[in-house]
Amino acid sequence: MTATAESPATEIGRARTRKEDARLVTGQTTWTDNLVLPGMLHMAFLRSPYAHARITSVDVSAAKSLPGVVAAFSGADFAEEQGSLPCAWPVTPDIVIPPHPPMATEEVRYVGEAVAVVVARDRYTAADALASIDVSYEPLEPVLDIRTALDESSPKVHEAGNKSYEWVFANGDLDAAFSGAPVVIERNYRQQRLIPCAMEPRAVVSSWVGDDVTLWSATQIPHILRFAIAAFFGIPEQSIRVIAPDVGGGFGSKLQVTAEEVLAVLISRRLGKPVKWTESRSEGNMTVHHGRDQWQRIRIAADSDGKIRGLSVDLLADMGAYLMLVTPGVPILGAFMFPAIYKMDAYSFRCTGVFTTKMPTDAYRGAGRPEATFAIERIMDELAAELNLDPLEVRERNWIRHEEFPYTTICGLTYDSGNYEAATARAKELLGYDQLRAEQAERNARGDSVRLGIGVSTYTEMCGLAPSRVLGSLSYGAGGWEHASIRMLPTGKVEVVTGSSAHGQGHETAWSQIVADQLGVPFEDIRVLHGDTQISHKGMDTYGSRSLTVGGMAVVSACDKVIAKAKVIASAMLEAPPESVEFAGGKFSVGQSGAGGGKDVSIQEVALATFAAHNLPDGVEPSLDSDATYDPENFSFPHGTHLCATEVDTETGMVTIRSYVAVDDIGKVVNPLIVEGQVHGGIAQGIGQALYEEAVYDEAGNLLTTTLADYLLPSAADLPSYITDRTESPAGNRLGVKGVGEAGTIASTPAVVNAIVDALRPLGIRDITMPCTPERVWRAIETARASAAASNGAANSNGGAA
Amino acid sequence: MIPAKFDYVKPGSVDEAVRALADGGEDAKIIAGGQSLLPLLRLRLSYPDLLVDVGGIDELRGVSDHGDSLLIGARTTHYQVVHDPLIGEHCGLLAQAAGTVADPAVRHRGTLGGSLAHGDPAGDLPAVAVALGATLIARGPGGEREIAASDFFVDYLTTALEPGEILTGVRVPKLGGDWGYRYEKFHRTAQAWAIVGVAALARRSNGHVAEARVGLTNMGSVPVRASAVEAAAAGAEATRDALNAAAASAADGTEPPADLHGAPDYRRHLARVLTGRALAAAAGV
Repeated sequence: MTATAESPATEIGRARTRKEDARLVTGQTTWTDNLVLPGMLHMAFLRSPYAHARITSVDVSAAKSLPGVVAAFSGADFAEEQGSLPCAWPVTPDIVIPPHPPMATEEVRYVGEAVAVVVARDRYTAADALASIDVSYEPLEPVLDIRTALDESSPKVHEAGNKSYEWVFANGDLDAAFSGAPVVIERNYRQQRLIPCAMEPRAVVSSWVGDDVTLWSATQIPHILRFAIAAFFGIPEQSIRVIAPDVGGGFGSKLQVTAEEVLAVLISRRLGKPVKWTESRSEGNMTVHHGRDQWQRIRIAADSDGKIRGLSVDLLADMGAYLMLVTPGVPILGAFMFPAIYKMDAYSFRCTGVFTTKMPTDAYRGAGRPEATFAIERIMDELAAELNLDPLEVRERNWIRHEEFPYTTICGLTYDSGNYEAATARAKELLGYDQLRAEQAERNARGDSVRLGIGVSTYTEMCGLAPSRVLGSLSYGAGGWEHASIRMLPTGKVEVVTGSSAHGQGHETAWSQIVADQLGVPFEDIRVLHGDTQISHKGMDTYGSRSLTVGGMAVVSACDKVIAKAKVIASAMLEAPPESVEFAGGKFSVGQSGAGGGKDVSIQEVALATFAAHNLPDGVEPSLDSDATYDPENFSFPHGTHLCATEVDTETGMVTIRSYVAVDDIGKVVNPLIVEGQVHGGIAQGIGQALYEEAVYDEAGNLLTTTLADYLLPSAADLPSYITDRTESPAGNRLGVKGVGEAGTIASTPAVVNAIVDALRPLGIRDITMPCTPERVWRAIETARASAAASNGAANSNGGAA
Repeated sequence: MIPAKFDYVKPGSVDEAVRALADGGEDAKIIAGGQSLLPLLRLRLSYPDLLVDVGGIDELRGVSDHGDSLLIGARTTHYQVVHDPLIGEHCGLLAQAAGTVADPAVRHRGTLGGSLAHGDPAGDLPAVAVALGATLIARGPGGEREIAASDFFVDYLTTALEPGEILTGVRVPKLGGDWGYRYEKFHRTAQAWAIVGVAALARRSNGHVAEARVGLTNMGSVPVRASAVEAAAAGAEATRDALNAAAASAADGTEPPADLHGAPDYRRHLARVLTGRALAAAAGV
């Protein structure tokens, strides 16, 4: 033994630097846009400048005749074969799912919708030629505000009207909860529209050879994409190979079957040449599916001690112009999260999905759960303020106590474990909560022009999407399992094939750590393969913080099967009955090793013997390879307490985050470095929603935030150093893991906004619409001061009259 | 970046560049670091036929001491401005403001001359040049001429440079040791343009501000010299209250733009607050 005392006993838990990083950070990998195929042509799309218009004619002939242009098409040229982009989540039986042609044929319904395409020998020529396409439009009225879109008088986005669906859920006696409740608070919160800005833009290459097509795409979902192209566009599934090479981020935006992907397949088939398309950032801001965009009416009824009696939520959710892959389901994922960690007797939820003439919305990091968490955590602060309680006190009076797990919530979810007390106590300690409260009181008392606020978010989430049966009961179009294969190579090395397709998460490292522990082989001997449907033929891909809890468990199951097979062969090699053979640390053994008579054989030796297959027992196949498909029994429920302290400059409205503490309970940690990265990035993205990001359309439906000069993203220079820690309560799977991909984003937005409102509450402010820009904060302060002055004046004059 | 087609030349001297510009006619454009022009090309908001890249002209680089002033080559990058010892010693305001431009990558590419010649009132350095009383030196087919910074900025993205002229350098008067300075930049993210910026200089004497100069970023179609503030600050006590009172007229006569980051009334308010802060910092209070 050469192992040193510093080596951890297991790979799981080690802060391994990531195997994939060298090729990613040095740019040595092949992104989709790097691909060059012989004869490859380049596509550029002409996009609608109107939010809503009838197309009266499209003339591509002038563009076609330009040097270097190979072809140009309008939607009409593909009317027969382009079909409709799929929506896989018809949340109600009577949902309206309008046809969604990849290229518009009769009507355009958002600025940026593809109307025509040029295919040229290089991308510059393709882009230049767009100016030669002549499109005549008959402008129609845009529909931009979901609060008025359902009025009789509103123009219609689709013939069937502007309502897509209404989805309801109720449990408990809401009337009883609200009637006679000592405290009833109602608030309306705005979840602004966000634009996912993955570092790598979307890109696609399609190439046909004979009857077979290979589609490279910067996608999160190579398997679902392959299925969708087969199921909805008439290409036999066995003829489709989808490759997601290294993909530079997605955050849900690449969980989509896009117009450009479908058109790349159809156009390359028609031309008999490979085609490529890569979006520009401005094109992406317009046409990558957007996130959030809800109006939330939330009402809470409580007793005078702060105990919640009931909660009622009424959402208007902006679908945009069409329903894309999971558009209608996103707010429904949030339906189960409004009650969060709190106990209550009654809950009702209603969501109305509304069409507008804007880019469709769909999944964006957290997908429904950040929206829900924001609303409940904001109104819990309002409840605390109403009762003059500390925000953590009112939460503690309502949360599920750690000894009450497993606990079935008012939504019918069974939370398997949690310890909100422990996470909160640790977060308070790390922030110095009590000292900051004292400082705040002192500064408020002297009327400091820079106010201190402390924001709280005691979040939970449901992730690890998802038990297939539950998804079925929610009318989702697919299951939630994941697949993995293990290939034992003759030299004892291991290939792990995963259906969970990483786009920056670090699966290659984490899966290697899992397999190293399961099979007892060195970390370095393991290679993880993913993202190519010809290699990884089966999978449900990566989203919803599901990879580790579902895909990681599939890897564990596959390892189990390898060990079971190897044990039979090892027992023959050891000349001992299988039931007497034990497996640990990569060795099959019988008897007491070191005590004489003990014998062992390594899994690598078994692999080589299996390859040779000279002396296998009768009936045993010469293979240790295995496949496993894992379907979880329940969601997982990470939770945590995030605390944020902000300084708010009341003279300018500028908000500065002074300190941020995140204590997360995500179960066991496979790789602390990866977890830290997910938490940091997640918090940054949630801060982005709280302070910076908003997709803004003007009154004509033009997107004003097409560049990153207008759509502001925080960079490292704008963010604080986070203080992070973890608590650990058990999870319901063998790895003990819960998932961490979305936790930071879900938790941080309300923590930041609660901190800002907490800072300004003494001035009479109880809400600021996100993003809390300096101008909005300043205007809120000005308004509050004006109304305070007015009411002082009124009080004085009343006093005079009395 | 997928710009429209353009021709490209990279002359080795200013004279060659002047000739190339003349040959290129109306649709020739100078490119230095590309800080402002590349985004315009990328967004296809600008369609030059010819780019004249001055990046190979060494005579446009560097800082030299001319007694009571410094001459800074137009191609000197923001990074060089930030770190140049002469600039640091004699016009620290320029160095401090250049350090707030965009991000480190851009500061290594973008140039002082490019920022001034672009004439964007949201840029940080035009207001600084105005406050410093800089002189801009241009060379064209007719030879060299000098233009005061206060006359240089004509309108939004429009300067006094004639077609065919190249900005070759900036002459900045040295500030004595009794001058303090501060560029107060208000922006939402580190890389974003200033919503409002205030370049303030103050000469302090016996607990008073003897003389002040204030330039405003993004408060109109050109950088604005806040003369009313300067007059009010001259002779004022070096206290926050007195300087805030002087700053109250910072927005007088300005016509700030409206955009997603701020309405005009908000910008006027910011100009007053930030001017008070910048003056206070410049006066060391």
